[in-house]
Amino acid sequence: MDSHKTTLLIIGGGPGGYVAAIRAAQLGIPTTLVEGEQLGGTCLNIGCIPSKALIHAAEAYHQAHHFMGDSTLGIHVESARIDIAQTVRWKDGIVARLTGGVGALLKKHGVHVVKGWATIVDGKTVDVTTTAKPDAAPMRIHGEHLLLATGSVELGLPGMPFGGRVISSTQALSPDSIPKRLVVVGAGYIGLELGLVYRKLGSDVTVVEAQDRILPLYDEELTKPVAASLRKLGVQVHLGTKVQGLNPAGDAVRVVDGAGRESELAADQVLVAIGRAPNTHGWGLEKLMLAMQGRALQVDDQCRTSMRNVWAIGDLTGEPMLAHRAMAQGEMVAEIISGKRRHFAPAAIAAVCFTDPEIVVVGQTPAEATKAGLEFTTAQFPFAANGRAMTLEATDGFVRVVARRDNHRIVGWQAVGAGVSELSTAFSHSLEMGATLEDVAHTIHAHPTLGEAVQEAALRALGHALHI
Amino acid sequence: MGIHVIKMPDIGEGIAEVELVAWHVKVGDVVAEDQILADVMTDKATVEIPSSVAGKVLALGGAVGQVMAVGSEVIRLEVEGAGNLKPESALALAKPTQDAIKTVANPATPKPVKAVAAAPAPAATPAAAPQAAPARANGNGNGKAPVALVRAPGDKPIASPAVRRQAWDLGIELQFVPGTGAAGRITHEDLQAYAQRASQAQAGGSTDQRYVQRLDEETVPVIGLRRKIAQKMQESKRRIPHFTYVEEVDMTELEALRARLNAQHGKTRGRLTVLPFIARAVVLAVRAHPQVNARYDDEAAVATRYGAVHLGIATQTEGGLMVPVVRHAETLDLWACASEVVRLAEAARSGKAARDELSGSTITITSLGTLGGIVTTPVINHPEVAIVGVNRLVERPMIRNGAVVARQMMNLSSSFDHRVVDGMHAAEFVQLIRGYLECPATLFVE
Repeated sequence: MDSHKTTLLIIGGGPGGYVAAIRAAQLGIPTTLVEGEQLGGTCLNIGCIPSKALIHAAEAYHQAHHFMGDSTLGIHVESARIDIAQTVRWKDGIVARLTGGVGALLKKHGVHVVKGWATIVDGKTVDVTTTAKPDAAPMRIHGEHLLLATGSVELGLPGMPFGGRVISSTQALSPDSIPKRLVVVGAGYIGLELGLVYRKLGSDVTVVEAQDRILPLYDEELTKPVAASLRKLGVQVHLGTKVQGLNPAGDAVRVVDGAGRESELAADQVLVAIGRAPNTHGWGLEKLMLAMQGRALQVDDQCRTSMRNVWAIGDLTGEPMLAHRAMAQGEMVAEIISGKRRHFAPAAIAAVCFTDPEIVVVGQTPAEATKAGLEFTTAQFPFAANGRAMTLEATDGFVRVVARRDNHRIVGWQAVGAGVSELSTAFSHSLEMGATLEDVAHTIHAHPTLGEAVQEAALRALGHALHI
Repeated sequence: MGIHVIKMPDIGEGIAEVELVAWHVKVGDVVAEDQILADVMTDKATVEIPSSVAGKVLALGGAVGQVMAVGSEVIRLEVEGAGNLKPESALALAKPTQDAIKTVANPATPKPVKAVAAAPAPAATPAAAPQAAPARANGNGNGKAPVALVRAPGDKPIASPAVRRQAWDLGIELQFVPGTGAAGRITHEDLQAYAQRASQAQAGGSTDQRYVQRLDEETVPVIGLRRKIAQKMQESKRRIPHFTYVEEVDMTELEALRARLNAQHGKTRGRLTVLPFIARAVVLAVRAHPQVNARYDDEAAVATRYGAVHLGIATQTEGGLMVPVVRHAETLDLWACASEVVRLAEAARSGKAARDELSGSTITITSLGTLGGIVTTPVINHPEVAIVGVNRLVERPMIRNGAVVARQMMNLSSSFDHRVVDGMHAAEFVQLIRGYLECPATLFVE
């Protein structure tokens, strides 16, 4: 049996794993990374990046389509057509460039990348079945430190397994054609982002959600503009409705509403987007008998598992399942292994929802602040009063700030509106720096930008907004 | 609305400049007519500057500790009506005043932390927050030490990611680092200061608080009375070649007389200390030695000897050493002298002493009573030429007529200006005093 020894052995080449590998290599730690598929993980291959590519393409097509009618901008398009195969090729090109870039970075830093599927032998050893020679004897790799970064998997519905018309987000991101009627199960961010893409590409989209509102993880004020946008675009939303399964013919989804009434929603395709779960099965993890927290691996604030020198980062460690969290954890673990003292102690981790309009949440919402027993003050500034928003035809939404009442330290930012994902940078920065309302209110924000709404929200919380 | 400027008044006696020692108002305050605006200090007296009008303070003319010329702008007020400032001169004056304001306003500006913490700041009216803490203008101007916010238990320490990372590198728990930034934020400087303290404590090898190494310093500005004292002392020691002569005095007889007088008249005339006796002895002794009751103008090379004895009495006040003057001590009997000393000491301590009660002495007595020690080397009250220091009165075994007896002994430590007082004359002067005190009847029978 081939065997190989290293200091740091990383399982999984997603955002957490590859960042940990690069940082470890920078710090002079001999590092081996095992990845069975393309480098980049869910994020680059079947998540963040491809979905954003499709969102952009769908919006562009939708705009062009919109210009076929009456346009206030005076633009007229005779006809708009989309070659979905080309769109997917374009999207795949971006993915290829990024994943190739990750490979080049790992190579440049001297990380040993092994293509194959790892199975855990013990807390310092894995067997890797290489993808190139699946029938050959597995390669055994020993590492002083074992970093688990296997990510998460899509959850399916027991009564309606993936296959046939029932697709996952992965398949939805590489369509051969656009279905006439799409039923989306789950009104979380994945379901709505993709539902909106398909709607803009021409599908009749129906969203089914078991809870009584869309985006249940965000507060109602933030989701209102998204609900309005869904209505305007003609996306049907069934709230408080449970999915029973496909009808016997397999061409409709059987649902039951809150009142117990059953009905069928005709579907050419059914996208199940009910969430993701830590990827803990099928690779021998159970042999280590690590402490769990629900479905996720339990880790401390240094991403140590219950076994010495076995570390875990990213989606495998549970919510929030966000690439930027995994990256920060990966970087930290590499530094700890190199001998530095580090802790995972961010003031906040931004969560962005790339619906139309976008939602961004960083830190505490008013509801969370209330629950935490905090004396706080809050204010919001609407994009309707922002010049830049008007020039972008995007006056829906607002920026909201939450700050402590006693010393005005900002504890949270929320925003909803077109392009607000980019504001997350400023939000996170102000929270990490421990900024007060005065700090933001008295920072000159460039005009005309959406960012002015950030400053105005802070000013308003202080009682002297200028433009409202 | 007009602008009214109040200028530094002429305090008299040819004084050209005064020192600003305290502000009683700050920019933005509304003042009434006759309200005291500031305290200024001349050579020895503190003078209050009242407002001649009612109005709102726009600018302060100087910082505490600043020496200001008579006629310079003290304060600028916004008043009803025309004011006393013409527009063009307002422009001309605006610039320097602005600069002056800065130096004054900064120490007075409340720290944002304080301001914010003090303000309940509801969403609708938090604009009031910056003005909420009416932190009094800092009287002594040294309130610059940043206020470190104490964290409530369970509160997360607030610090930027760079500071957090540095703290980890240094192995410091941020929870224990006081934050001086806005809203208690821990700055790089806070962390460095904490790290330095921690490493020094470690170097000391002991965490025993009793033996902990201390490196704190406090900068105390020498202003106001302290500055006057410093100047006077420096002047005296630089100009005057001092010599000090110490003699012991047997006070037994005098103490017996004093006890008798206090028993007899204490209730009606007040109790006597030894000071009026010594004062009287000095008054009598200077008659034989007029060169010690003098003021020496060394620049003009003229020593002026006085017939009158204006007796300076060194007095400790809260602000520092002051020397009120018993005028014409030669005219006072024991009780008159005693009550005058008490009155002047109280006036000096309460800051009510008039200027002529604080100047013009011709010779000075300094006494610390029971703290008087065995020997002192008093500093002459320039431009005088002599000072008599009184040491502690104590019972000692002495030999009288071949036998050891207990006597009430006290030393006199007296300094003289050697330029105008010769050693022999000084010695004779002190011996004369000793003679008067040892045989107290001679104080009264000439």
